[in-house]
Amino acid sequence: MMSGLNLSLLYTLAWRNVWRNRRRTLVILLAIAFGIWSMVTLAAIMRGMIEQQVRNTINNLTGHIQVHAVGYRDDPAIDNSMPPPGPTMLKVLRGKKNVRAWAARVRVPAVVASERASAGVTLVGIDPEAEQGLSFIAQAVTEGRYLQSPGDHGLLLGRKLAERLETSLGKRIVLMSQDIDNNSADRGFRVVGIFDANTEAAETGYVFVGRTLARDMLKLGGRVSELALVVHDRQDLDTILQSLTNAARGLDIQPWTKLEPLLVLTVKMYEATMLIWFVVVFLAMSFGLVNTLLMAVFERTREIGMFQALGMRPRFILSQVLLESLTLLMIGMAMGNVLAWATIAYLGGGLDLSAFAKGLEWAGLSSVIYPLVAASDVITANFLVIVLGIIASLYPAWRAARYVPVEAITRT
Amino acid sequence: MGITLRLAWRNIWRHPRRTLLTLAAIAFAAAILVFMVTLQLSSYDTMIDYTVRVYHGHLQVQPEGYLDKPQMRNTMPDARTLGSHVRKLSGLGAVSVRAMGFALASSKARTYGVQVIGVETEYEGKVSTIPGLVKKGRFLSSDDALEAVIGHVMARNLKLNVGEELILLGTGRDGSVAATVVPVVGIFESGSAELDRHMVQLPLGTFQDVFSMGDHAHAIVVVGDSLEQLAALMDGVRAGLPAESRLVVLSWEALLPGLKQAIQMDWASGWFLYLSLIIIVTFSILNTFLMSVLERTREFGIMLALGARPERIGAIVMLESIWLTLLGLVVGVAIGTAIVFYFHIHGFSYPGMEELAAYYNLPAVIKLTLSPLSLTLGPAVILFVTCAAALYPAFRIRLLKPVEAMRAV
Repeated sequence: MMSGLNLSLLYTLAWRNVWRNRRRTLVILLAIAFGIWSMVTLAAIMRGMIEQQVRNTINNLTGHIQVHAVGYRDDPAIDNSMPPPGPTMLKVLRGKKNVRAWAARVRVPAVVASERASAGVTLVGIDPEAEQGLSFIAQAVTEGRYLQSPGDHGLLLGRKLAERLETSLGKRIVLMSQDIDNNSADRGFRVVGIFDANTEAAETGYVFVGRTLARDMLKLGGRVSELALVVHDRQDLDTILQSLTNAARGLDIQPWTKLEPLLVLTVKMYEATMLIWFVVVFLAMSFGLVNTLLMAVFERTREIGMFQALGMRPRFILSQVLLESLTLLMIGMAMGNVLAWATIAYLGGGLDLSAFAKGLEWAGLSSVIYPLVAASDVITANFLVIVLGIIASLYPAWRAARYVPVEAITRT
Repeated sequence: MGITLRLAWRNIWRHPRRTLLTLAAIAFAAAILVFMVTLQLSSYDTMIDYTVRVYHGHLQVQPEGYLDKPQMRNTMPDARTLGSHVRKLSGLGAVSVRAMGFALASSKARTYGVQVIGVETEYEGKVSTIPGLVKKGRFLSSDDALEAVIGHVMARNLKLNVGEELILLGTGRDGSVAATVVPVVGIFESGSAELDRHMVQLPLGTFQDVFSMGDHAHAIVVVGDSLEQLAALMDGVRAGLPAESRLVVLSWEALLPGLKQAIQMDWASGWFLYLSLIIIVTFSILNTFLMSVLERTREFGIMLALGARPERIGAIVMLESIWLTLLGLVVGVAIGTAIVFYFHIHGFSYPGMEELAAYYNLPAVIKLTLSPLSLTLGPAVILFVTCAAALYPAFRIRLLKPVEAMRAV
């Protein structure tokens, strides 16, 4: 394509031209660097928010895949329970290396009453061991202790709910619900642990007891309401989903993307916002870039005319200006990426937004956000700037190549 | 026009192409800012308005401490009289008294824990949209009628229909058992999943009977004409309360702290983006300012030699920058306003917004409305930052020595 052109000469010319006016070059480099910095940093913060929102939701008893009796999701009552996982399903759950954790739960609406007050909650009967690495509760108890076995007689209460019920560690409270025969069932429990959760909704919405006790209270026998699992790598989700569906016909098996369609939508919105913002920042930058190149070309009108008179081809001049622009873009990008990397490293300990805690909770976020660098975002930002930057530089380059030698030389 | 102004104006047009590009950069930033800030402010107003009108109201009078710990026994006595007193005070009529409690709600099939609200049937429709959102049956008829309306998710969960009986079992204010069997006369769809799942409304009188409340209640809900009058409304209500009472006046910001903070966070993160944009544009502009000064070094040298004071030349350069920025801002604001106007007529929406909006109980289309603040805030910040940037080239002139400057190429 560039046959007959001496590339290294071209490059030397471009490089020297870039530094003819140091101050101007520095200003435009700062503009490019700042643009890249804001793109990459912002993307990392947003990515961190997305990841946290997804993780919080998955941790909040959702898991990557849930299995229910058909009808449970619409009407989460005890009638819609299911038998515990059979041998074929257990084979999938235990046999596959990519299932990180799984647990079967009893999960029904209930009322919790202390001496002073009562509240509507979701009663969750868990196997404490199995919830490790699956849901938040295994790590969330901050006062007292976690449950020790499915037969543990204790109960875990969220901090906010404990405040509302005016109860505390060691006190007895009563759980009321309906058993499988539709009779009211109640049972007293001692509060053995108070847990803190990311959201107030989780702290006031769930009450955890041992699964065996929940089954006894509700006369459930071996039945459960829900089975949740998490995988090691979200890429494997489809395979596992498929083998579970084959193993458990007649059950409602859903991935988190179906269970939380709103979250998927939110993630898409974040990504769209990011891309739109990249383009806006780029456009702002390109005005400066084109302007700088135009000025550079304009003040060299005579020189370019002279080159042409001496036999330099127009496309050589075009390439020279484009190379100049490429050099500016590359240096600016290198500076911007380093700056962004430094900023993100600085924020690595978490961006503390506790001033907006309640607002973040609305969006399903915790009050500390950890920026997360995704290679794809960094590449998109840089790629966008380089490609669009070169396209924008075509205009000044084309103008330079179009000068008529005689006119250009005689212009002062 | 003074000679300085005219000189500055002519200088701008020495390089029409460069000037136009710089103008375009400023106009671009200004248009984006006008549009985005208007979009943000309009959607906040819509969010607040929609959210508070569903249930919480613009402000509530509550017994001290009730908001933090909603205890049944923390009440205000003689609530109805106080309610009508407040109604006269604010002169709006949009005032309604409520009492709140918790109960077990059972149908033949199911039992759930629910929030029971006693409402003044005559006034509730003026402070809350729920009475208007009864999709099946009707709203409560009178303050002492034995009837209930419930949310549609609860109706589905309890497998209840209009005309069937709901059993409520809870604890009264004095700790006694509160129990009643009440026919469901209406089922509402408020759009808020939380309310639709958990809320039962009874007439206030019936509630007070069942929960042994006497003439007590928990809240007086007030809705004003608009958010702008909120502060005045709060002051008015506060001044009108009996002096010795333990009552507090709470605005929507206290009643719905999540909404308030979500808005603040969105506003703050928005400005992170806008400032990045402004700074990048400023760099572009700075280059133009700087170049136009550097290329005139000779000229300035001659002017200095002829006796022009450096301040005068500095002023000309500053004026050039301001001319340029103002011109860009005018164009940008015009474009931004045109975009806003388009969305004012057609409403603003984007793919996926409908589902998200439905979840948060908001309209699927936001009508953009220009306010003096949204129109001027962005451009004002741009003007400020570019003027600061223009100081540098203007300041450089003071360093020029006439003789050296005249020799410069």
